[in-house]
Amino acid sequence: MVKVTLWGSLRSATGGLTEVEVEAKNTGEMLKALAKKYPALDPIIEGGVSVAIDGLIYKEAWFTPIKPDSEVVLLPYMKGG
Amino acid sequence: MVTEYKEGSVGAEFNKREFKVVGTRPPRPDGVDKVTGRALFGADFTAPGMLHATVLRSPHAHARIVSIDTSGALAMDGVKAVVTSEDFVKQTSSGNQDTLDNCMARGKVFYDGHAIVAVAATSVKIANAALKLIKVEYEILPHETDVDAAMLDSAPVLHEGRKFRNIPEGNNANVSGYWEFGHGDMDEGFAKADIVIERSFKTAATHQGYIEPHATLATMGPDGRGEIWVCTQGQFMVRDLAAAFVGIEASQLRVTASEIGGGFGGKTTVYLEPVALALAKKSGRPVKMVMTREEVFRASGPTTSSSTDVKIGMTKDGRITAGQAKLRYQGGAFPNITAMLGAMTAFASYDLEAVQTQAWNVLTNRPKQAAYRAPGAPMAIYTVESVVDELCQKLGLDPLEVRLLNAAKKGTLSSYGPTFDEIGLVATLEAAKAHPHYAAPLGPNQGRGVSCGFWFNFAGNTSVSMNINEDGTVAVIEGNPDIGGSRASISMMAAEELGIPLEKVRTIVADTNAIGFNDVTDGSRVTFAVGLATIKAARAAIQNMCGRAAQIWGIDADAVDWVDGAAVPTGHNAGDFPPMSLAKIAADSAKTGGPIAGHFEVNADGAGVSFGVHLVDVEVDPETGFTEIKRYTVFQDAGKAIHPDYVEGQMQGGAVQGIGWALNEEYIYGEDGKLQNAGFLDYRIPVASDLPMIDAVILEIPNPGHPYGVRGVGETGIVPPLAAVANGVSHAAGVRMTELPMSPPRILAAIDGAK
Amino acid sequence: MSKIHVSTSINGDAVEYLCEPEETLLDVLRNRVGLTGAKEGCGSGDCGACSVALDGRLVCSCLVLAAEAEGKTVSTVEGIAEGENLHVLQQKLLDHAALQCGICTPGILIASKALLEKNPDPTETEVRYWLAGNLCRCTGYDKIIRAVMDAAAEMRGA
Ligand code: FES
Ligand code: FES
Repeated sequence: MVKVTLWGSLRSATGGLTEVEVEAKNTGEMLKALAKKYPALDPIIEGGVSVAIDGLIYKEAWFTPIKPDSEVVLLPYMKGG
Repeated sequence: MVTEYKEGSVGAEFNKREFKVVGTRPPRPDGVDKVTGRALFGADFTAPGMLHATVLRSPHAHARIVSIDTSGALAMDGVKAVVTSEDFVKQTSSGNQDTLDNCMARGKVFYDGHAIVAVAATSVKIANAALKLIKVEYEILPHETDVDAAMLDSAPVLHEGRKFRNIPEGNNANVSGYWEFGHGDMDEGFAKADIVIERSFKTAATHQGYIEPHATLATMGPDGRGEIWVCTQGQFMVRDLAAAFVGIEASQLRVTASEIGGGFGGKTTVYLEPVALALAKKSGRPVKMVMTREEVFRASGPTTSSSTDVKIGMTKDGRITAGQAKLRYQGGAFPNITAMLGAMTAFASYDLEAVQTQAWNVLTNRPKQAAYRAPGAPMAIYTVESVVDELCQKLGLDPLEVRLLNAAKKGTLSSYGPTFDEIGLVATLEAAKAHPHYAAPLGPNQGRGVSCGFWFNFAGNTSVSMNINEDGTVAVIEGNPDIGGSRASISMMAAEELGIPLEKVRTIVADTNAIGFNDVTDGSRVTFAVGLATIKAARAAIQNMCGRAAQIWGIDADAVDWVDGAAVPTGHNAGDFPPMSLAKIAADSAKTGGPIAGHFEVNADGAGVSFGVHLVDVEVDPETGFTEIKRYTVFQDAGKAIHPDYVEGQMQGGAVQGIGWALNEEYIYGEDGKLQNAGFLDYRIPVASDLPMIDAVILEIPNPGHPYGVRGVGETGIVPPLAAVANGVSHAAGVRMTELPMSPPRILAAIDGAK
Repeated sequence: MSKIHVSTSINGDAVEYLCEPEETLLDVLRNRVGLTGAKEGCGSGDCGACSVALDGRLVCSCLVLAAEAEGKTVSTVEGIAEGENLHVLQQKLLDHAALQCGICTPGILIASKALLEKNPDPTETEVRYWLAGNLCRCTGYDKIIRAVMDAAAEMRGA
């Protein structure tokens, strides 16, 4: 199980939770599992999200490995100038 | 300051690395072209038989387009084609459709300057005359340009019937985005504070202000194949959007990026390109389009304006106990994520137990905002750094000490979610504290301002190819327009990795058919991500060259190492051969298997966040309210400065844009919703006589995500100046300033109000 | 509406062109003569990117009518270097990394050359005020000012 921290405003999609647990070994599996467990997250994930694993931000990428004790944070998709 | 990498991290080799080329200051490869006038920018291209196109723009802030009659224009001698929104393909993604609707209004105009019709003719003069013959019937609608007013239930709705995602109850239909970040118990945090300050701030919309207006030249034959030359921050972005908008496949459109006369985020989208392509398609002739400066201001993206409430609690000894911000941004008539980035960055400099930020994006009748250097962060951090400064002032504490006490560091749970890895804020603050500027005496009516700043930096999709020429020189082919000397730093990293002199390397920015996909030049990504891909491409070429040497020597390929630009045998039974140089291997390449090249493609991550601290001394004239910048010093963590001159240049340029934002720059709208200052005379960007030298102090806290330790440096520099200058002015004038720009009348009014 | 015939000298070459009465010198240089070194940043005299010297006087070519060049000499950025040799100012701008995007550079060169011809030993403040009409959005001016001061020093020494 990995623990995923969501950004605050996603609470409405998870019944009030900002920390959720899913079974996943990499980012792609995690996103799929999240969307399955919380269907309201699906369009948000589809629309594009970033994932921070142990402090490093990954904008897209399905195969970044996640260790069970990794710190995983779901973040909105970001862009600079 | 030396930081050791963790063993096994990407940057572990950095620990032992001694650089030969990286860190020096050689002249840039495109320099001579740019001092002799040879360099070709967006408006410098021509093609045989070329037409010129100009655009009819809305004089209204908000109106329904009832009808458009272009017959008069089409009948005019010399007019070859006319396009409206009808000539473009409907998009499936709402983001792309918004961009298209911004290029050419569909059904409604949303702001003063919104494009409606474009005309291609044999000269600009004829095209402009033809625009006058176009009849547009409007149904004028009520408009709103102010962020707070647009949130009221009484405000006119811009996009009726369009449902934006995840908007909480209680917001009106103009709210297109809502985000929330943070952690900890706010009530408990504020309860621990000895003092709590709550303030509201406003910042004006500012424009990137690149000196080169948008310009493009497009061709398209009856075979449906097109070409575009354009000044852009991303030729692949232009290709993908323009092709989709006119309905051709990406492979049929080749886009070449010209030299670019400044972008700062503002050239990460399209305005003219799809329009020129559609006109070229219709007329069968090349079409050139160049914006006037007025069009640049009215119709290309400024940044957002903002209205923010901040509340921060602090103990007597300077520990921040809780921080809260509510940020309301408007970025014009289409949705954007700038407010979200503001909410993520507002408190990023601090290690906080309780922090909460909420952000709203609100649609208004203004041009569609475009990214501007660290989008969202300057105005958010301005508000937080202003309140922190006021808390220090009230408690009689040193502003740098307080920031050091609360600074985010490795292991800090950031205000936006993840825990920080190796970051340079403490080192940057220490450097500022130790600098003579901080101890220098101040004169009468002078004040010193301090601010921290933060930006994420991004990496993204990157492709680099490298060809080893037979004469021992090297061509690096990359796909990101060079906006500030990146060809220099990329050549330097190639030379460093290959172990050859810099003069042997030439880097070019290729068109969309000559190299794999690259994201736009944004997020301070180029030196980081293209640099990373260049190093990896060089390693691929090196591996190939070691293989060739092994074959020639008749030994195992893994018994060959690459040292100082040459293959050398390693290990005790590799044999005793003299080093074989890159030039020698290249010269024999035809006989050893053919041309030698290396390439690397990646969606890079690990850009590494960057922090900066700015110190400024200002003098405020109490009679006129005029502010003079007396002294300015920038401290910033660059990870590793590949070419320190251009790192300093980014820091200085960012600081001065921020000074303009703080003191002068502002989009001014009248009651009629029209932009009143669409020119450099009335929208005043800093000029040479406004400024002192900008001292730049580079810190190098290596980024563990890059083989040389590089972090992005392009954006962070614009973040701290807003608060640094505001804090300086507040001290000098003896009154807290809470609205940008701090123009002389505003400062005078504040001084009078305080009396 | 007939065109005007103009005989002028551009960077030392005799040049003739036909122009419309309302056409600017900048437009003619860029679109008729093929010298695209001078840039249009604003078209209203506010940015200095179009700077050229007209009979040795610094002007914004976007504010000069092409017809006014009749019988005069025009100097543009393309004429500053002598053959393979860069002018000291060009070299110093490169040495000091005083350009990022380079769009302002032609104007900065023409303007600072005009300054040093008038005043070979300007103070920093004089350089800053002289160049106040040349906008640069990239550099914050720091390195530009240093480059011009350094060029002035070297030209005085030479
Ligand atoms: S183009 Fe002439 S001053 Fe700007
Ligand atoms: S270098 Fe870009 S405007 Fe001066």
